[in-house]
Amino acid sequence: MTEKSDLPQGTLDLLILKVVALGPVHGYAIAQRLQQVSRDVVQVPQGSLYPALHRLENRGLLTADWKDTDTGREAKFYRLTRKGRAQLETEAASWERLTAAVGLILKMSDGGVQ
Amino acid sequence: MSWWQRLWRRRQMEEHLEKELRFHLDQHVSELIAQGHNPEEARRQATLALGGPEQVKEYCRDSRGTRWLEDFSQDIRFALRMLRKNPGSAAVALLTLALGTGATTVMFTVVDGVLLKPLPYPEAHELVTVRGHTETWNTKIFGEQNVAYPDFLDCKRDSRSLEMAGTLYDGGTVSEPGPPEYVDLREISSGLFSVLRVNLAHGRAFLPEEDLPGGAPAMILGYSFWQRHFGGRPEALGMSVVLDQKRYTVIGIAPADFRLYGNEPDVYTPIGQDTAAYLQNRSAHPTGVVARLRPGATLANAQSELALIGRHLSEEYADTNGGRTFAVEPLRPEIGDVRSTLWLLMGAVSLVLLIACVNVASLLLARAVSRDRELSMRAALGASRSRLVRQCLTESAVLALSGGALGILLANIGIRPFVALWPGSLPRAQEVHLDWRVMLFTISVSLLSGLLFGLAPALRSPAHGLEQALRAGARTVSGTARRLHSAFVISEIALAVVLLVAAGMLGRTLLLLSSLDPGVNVSNVLVTRMALSPATLADPGRIRPAWQDVLTRASRLPGVQSVAIVDTFPMREGNNQIGYSISADIPPENQQPTTLATSVTPDYLKVMGIPLHRGRFFDDQDRIGNQLVVVIDDVLAKQAFGTQDPIGKHLWIPGMASPFSSGGNAPDAVLVVGVVGHVRHWGLAADDQAQVRAQLYYNFAQVPDPLLPRWSQLMSVAVRTNVAPLSLVESLRQQVRGAAGDQVLYEVRTLDQLASGTLARQRFLLLLFGIFAGLALLLACIGIYGVLAYLTGQRVPEIGVRMALGARPADVMWLVLRQSLGMIFIGVGVGVLGALAAGSLLRHSVEGMQPADPSAFAIMIPVLIFAALFASFVPARRASRVDPMTALRQE
Repeated sequence: MTEKSDLPQGTLDLLILKVVALGPVHGYAIAQRLQQVSRDVVQVPQGSLYPALHRLENRGLLTADWKDTDTGREAKFYRLTRKGRAQLETEAASWERLTAAVGLILKMSDGGVQ
Repeated sequence: MSWWQRLWRRRQMEEHLEKELRFHLDQHVSELIAQGHNPEEARRQATLALGGPEQVKEYCRDSRGTRWLEDFSQDIRFALRMLRKNPGSAAVALLTLALGTGATTVMFTVVDGVLLKPLPYPEAHELVTVRGHTETWNTKIFGEQNVAYPDFLDCKRDSRSLEMAGTLYDGGTVSEPGPPEYVDLREISSGLFSVLRVNLAHGRAFLPEEDLPGGAPAMILGYSFWQRHFGGRPEALGMSVVLDQKRYTVIGIAPADFRLYGNEPDVYTPIGQDTAAYLQNRSAHPTGVVARLRPGATLANAQSELALIGRHLSEEYADTNGGRTFAVEPLRPEIGDVRSTLWLLMGAVSLVLLIACVNVASLLLARAVSRDRELSMRAALGASRSRLVRQCLTESAVLALSGGALGILLANIGIRPFVALWPGSLPRAQEVHLDWRVMLFTISVSLLSGLLFGLAPALRSPAHGLEQALRAGARTVSGTARRLHSAFVISEIALAVVLLVAAGMLGRTLLLLSSLDPGVNVSNVLVTRMALSPATLADPGRIRPAWQDVLTRASRLPGVQSVAIVDTFPMREGNNQIGYSISADIPPENQQPTTLATSVTPDYLKVMGIPLHRGRFFDDQDRIGNQLVVVIDDVLAKQAFGTQDPIGKHLWIPGMASPFSSGGNAPDAVLVVGVVGHVRHWGLAADDQAQVRAQLYYNFAQVPDPLLPRWSQLMSVAVRTNVAPLSLVESLRQQVRGAAGDQVLYEVRTLDQLASGTLARQRFLLLLFGIFAGLALLLACIGIYGVLAYLTGQRVPEIGVRMALGARPADVMWLVLRQSLGMIFIGVGVGVLGALAAGSLLRHSVEGMQPADPSAFAIMIPVLIFAALFASFVPARRASRVDPMTALRQE
């Protein structure tokens, strides 16, 4: 098994928004998707997934309906709201800026910056 | 979904949450099975991955944001359950709080209606009044000045910032329709009702052309007068009313609740139609001014504008208006001297509420202590300290609000009797209502008191020493709890001492004041105001004979000893204060010494029973044309002449109000012919502290002719009788009706009634302070009983041990009593300090109040100590009867 990292603080919301942006999806699928896409590098605690979903729904970034899955069971499907999409864009952009800046600093050679 | 929907649909949300998590688990399990795990192992792994389902649910609930509300409703349900579980202590607490908040609510309703509410006119903050001001005027003694009518007209014409209206106090006899009646008349400008933004109930206001000399005689009726004389029929409009021989047409009816300067006048006439000389004179200042700031104008604008107009007028009419300016002030309700009484009672009632709070606090604390185990258990199960504090506070808030609601109910019942009980009549009584302002006040006071009495029990919710609390069980009282309990008892006793001593001081004051000599013999004297026939008043030559006729006829009545006519009589019924000089060289007005002046007929001394100390009183020789004479009292004799013999000395009495200086001429010298005893003119209580106490009497027969009509409007008849005075009223009324039958008596009372009326305020305060003090004593005793019963109850095992080791019942009783005595003595000590402070406050605000003296303390404090000991005796005796064996087995 490869070593797993914990999620940096506050990024779970961003990841959830991104996954949900791809189309209506239920909680379990979100967990699966996160696991797969991050190639098992990132440890997503399932226990904190649902409180995060409920919080995002409460803030009006997500909305949810009960629909049947392919297997015929009823599940709660989350969708992004207009507000959620805007939030995703700003957060993604600021994440990009942050990682770029952190990356620059890490790549810096000793004494390379005046 | 809004937060209340979420709250509402809680059950549904819980189901959804459950379903969502179950779906997740099932999906995970079936996937793991597909990967080749056996079902049991698959379920174990899936559950492990998700975490404890209840914990996840709890986190989800937290993230909903309605958590506090759910907790809150849960707390309230719990609080109600706790109340139901202890109906006895809940009832005591509720009743205590209901009494406390009820009394406070009643007092606040009155304070609010009388002192705090704005005047009952629309946009009352825009209303102002205009006053005259002269540098030499002695405002401290004579009060604020009104405005001369010609000055008023000039101001009204020239002011851009104010919309002004004038009013004039007057009275007259209405002789038609119905029997003749003396009425309270207000002469008003045509614009008065529109300045006040008040619509008439029927008809219309005066027109500007009616507000001029020679205008059509029009009249507006006061609502009550209209009800009384016209049965409230709208046909009254257009009918005629004869007032002082002049026939007026009724054109309007004032609304039911309309008050002018706090009174409801009987009738209104246009001030501009009155051609009386003093209304054309710029040196007489009778006109009251009501004005409204025009849109955009400020009080400062109006002030500078009126000051400018005043300067112009003083230049133009230097002889009458020299040094005279105008001041603009916000219009305030006329409430007389009730302010200090109201705040005093509010203070007393707050003390009662405070005692009630302390009482409930100790009750709750006792319960909290016995709930230690429960609370510790909750803390051990993961409840945070803030959560427990919140729950305790919710419980006390529920208690406080229920108490407050009961209190509002009590206040609603009590407010009308309270207003009716007020001595004399409460100013603005019609504005005293239990309205939303009062509700808001009561709710906040309840919540505040809930916080006050809930805080101590709440803050000791266990967070530390959990283990100890759980192990100790409910059988020990920590030192902190015992100290808190003692503090409660001590503060209750201290507060009760303050109220008891205050009541004692008031009682002693009242005793002392009622035993004072008023200076007159108040028994068997009838005093009544009298209006001569309007026809007589219109003809100055007939006035003196008319009064002489009244005197002769009245003295012929069987049962009458002597009769006099007088303008102002003792016990605060009107006063005429004048400046005087002891030399012909008259100092300016505000440097003259002052005295009360009373116009009387020769039999006045006999009627009132005032002792003659030197010289003589008036006789029939003191007439117009003879030497002008006065009689003075002891106080004026000392004030004016010191130790010299005043008989034969002269006085000079200048000014408009003087009968001895005609017009602007220098005053005539008047001769002092007698000295009489001082009369407590200002009432039994107030006279010692009154600013003007000196008295001077002059003979009504020497009032110059031009002043006679004005003087005659002010005169009263005083009759000394052999029989009960009030039994003579009807025959006196018949006897003095006059030839036309239109001479009327009004405001008929006995001097005895007036004298006891001057102590009404003190009596009323004593009554209420007595009630409050009794309530405080009762509450304090309940508190002491409760606390001691509780503390000794907790000490039963200890007492059992003591008795097993040989302590006698008396020792045990002494053990308990000693504890309570300690609290009582500290409480009394603190209370005495508080009572001294309260005493000086009372002395500042109650007339005739005696300084705090040892007797009030000496009587009241033993009362309290005995009551407190009695309350502690019951638990002490119970403790002394503890059976050691049972007590020890209980452990």
